[in-house]
Amino acid sequence: MSWLLVVEQCLNGLQFGVMLFLMAAGLTLVFGIMNLVNLAHGSLYMVGAYFATAAFGWTGSYPLAVLFALVATLAVGMVVEVIALRTLYERDHLDQVLATFGLILFFNEAVAIVWGRTALFTTVPPALAGHVQLLPGLRYPAYRAVIILVGLLVALLLYLLVSRTRLGMLIRAGASNRTMVAALGVNVRLLYTLVFGFGAALAALGGLMAGPIYTVQPGMGDDILIQVLVVIVIGGIGSIRGALVGAVVVGMVDTLGRAFLKPMLSGAIGPSAANDAGPALASMLIYILMAAVLYFRPQGLFPAARG
Amino acid sequence: MHARALTLAAGFVALALVPPVAALLNQPFYLDLVRRIMIFAIAAVSLDLILGFGGMVSFGHAAYLGIGAYAVAIPAFYGIHSGFVQWPLAVGLSGLVALLIGTVSLRTSGVYFIMITLAFAQMLYYLGISINAWGADDGMRLARRSQFAGGLDLGNATVFYYVVLGLLVLLLWLGHRLIHARFGMVIRAAKSNEPRMRAVGFATFRYKLAAFVLAGAVCGLAGALLTNQTEYLTPSYMHWTRSGDIMVMVILGGMGTLFGPVLGAFVFLLLEDVLAAWTTHWQAVLGPLLVLIVLYARRGLWGLMPGSRDD
Repeated sequence: MSWLLVVEQCLNGLQFGVMLFLMAAGLTLVFGIMNLVNLAHGSLYMVGAYFATAAFGWTGSYPLAVLFALVATLAVGMVVEVIALRTLYERDHLDQVLATFGLILFFNEAVAIVWGRTALFTTVPPALAGHVQLLPGLRYPAYRAVIILVGLLVALLLYLLVSRTRLGMLIRAGASNRTMVAALGVNVRLLYTLVFGFGAALAALGGLMAGPIYTVQPGMGDDILIQVLVVIVIGGIGSIRGALVGAVVVGMVDTLGRAFLKPMLSGAIGPSAANDAGPALASMLIYILMAAVLYFRPQGLFPAARG
Repeated sequence: MHARALTLAAGFVALALVPPVAALLNQPFYLDLVRRIMIFAIAAVSLDLILGFGGMVSFGHAAYLGIGAYAVAIPAFYGIHSGFVQWPLAVGLSGLVALLIGTVSLRTSGVYFIMITLAFAQMLYYLGISINAWGADDGMRLARRSQFAGGLDLGNATVFYYVVLGLLVLLLWLGHRLIHARFGMVIRAAKSNEPRMRAVGFATFRYKLAAFVLAGAVCGLAGALLTNQTEYLTPSYMHWTRSGDIMVMVILGGMGTLFGPVLGAFVFLLLEDVLAAWTTHWQAVLGPLLVLIVLYARRGLWGLMPGSRDD
């Protein structure tokens, strides 16, 4: 295996990682601040992908479609928060898991009603259809390169938002002592709704970028949701930094495992055994990683400071 | 107390009467449906043992359903059809896996416990869909149901029905004995205040682990029954949404009660059946219904039944 192949697979891993990060950021904020396990986060990712695909069909303009998907998913997130999730903040995790499981069923069916059960056809926007020359001999799809850039940019902006702005300060304060912040005259309910909507928009960003690479179909958020849960548990619940590290680690481990485990194993245990064991082990890898992290560091790698 | 005993008796008489009534109406479909529901009821009761009584929110219970199913289908694939081999294998293997998962998972608590049990179930799911020799993600057909030489013929729908009903009743009776025995008292007490139980001198970890293994083993039996029911093996038995379904049955019926999960399995699967007949988009109705139940009916349906306060 050549070095260029390794570099290319690392880039693919990074691309998958930033995608996971966009999901994980919202989920970990909601988890850390509102103490809510939101399984329906994957549904928001799916809804974002559908909105973008539909809007691209209506307008023919990719920037407009992106804008529409972000705003519409933000609105959907805020409505769901106000109607159903707000009451769940004080409940135990079991109730939250169940209610948001119910929301998944609803959203998967709702998109099937509107857009049908078959996968929608989406394409990479024409402007990003080509390749970029990263290294001599390494041409990388421009679309994937843009995803990596967007993801890293969002990570930077989020960091600045949370650590440097007044809104970020309120979010952190609300996480450590809700009652005190409310007593100081901040509308915590509104703040929570905003945070939730913001997380939904980030998930939509992940979903709409994922559309052309994976498939847009009902239930597309279910599997990535579980991978995102792995990310935030590894990173430490409530920590944006942990989410970024966890996402990149999971993205890399998963992608590199799928690419190289089989050829590596076939050297050790023979090609026919590796044919079975390689893919099996590769898809189990991130869960093994998570179990190991939880076993040795039950609070994750970067536990969020708790007040 | 009296009303509850009457409700229960009426329920079991009704269950026992399903085969003759179905035969009378010439509707074998209902026999099949109720048998399937009872199999899931067994799985739900096993989950409730750790979830409701022990306070361990396992989000990977479908894993044992899958192990039980594989423990029947793999020997059958190699020509071993004896239920005397398959069923103990299903129970033993899922108990063993539960022992491994529990040893690691019970070190964590709260939401981390939910996540780690989910992670283990996902591992097994992906293992299942990757092994080409045993059907990969297509699964494989079960050539014939488990054979009990000289005894029961599961190929006979009615016999199989009464076997499942018998196992369900046996499980409920044993469960009742268990939760009122010292062991049950300890895991229930550990649920409400574990530090205090440890201070009193109980090694709560061992009790919880034992309950975890027991629940896994029973669910493995349900898995063995399930492949016999469908005469098919598919790794989707282990998909995480299946764990969610079983959990919903427990909560819907009422966790921390023995009969609640049975009721929950009936309501959930009947609702699924009725809604599916009415519209292909039944999940769009079921989902919000679930949210409403969680928000407004926290004690579950069994809590609404007369005389059910003390189970």
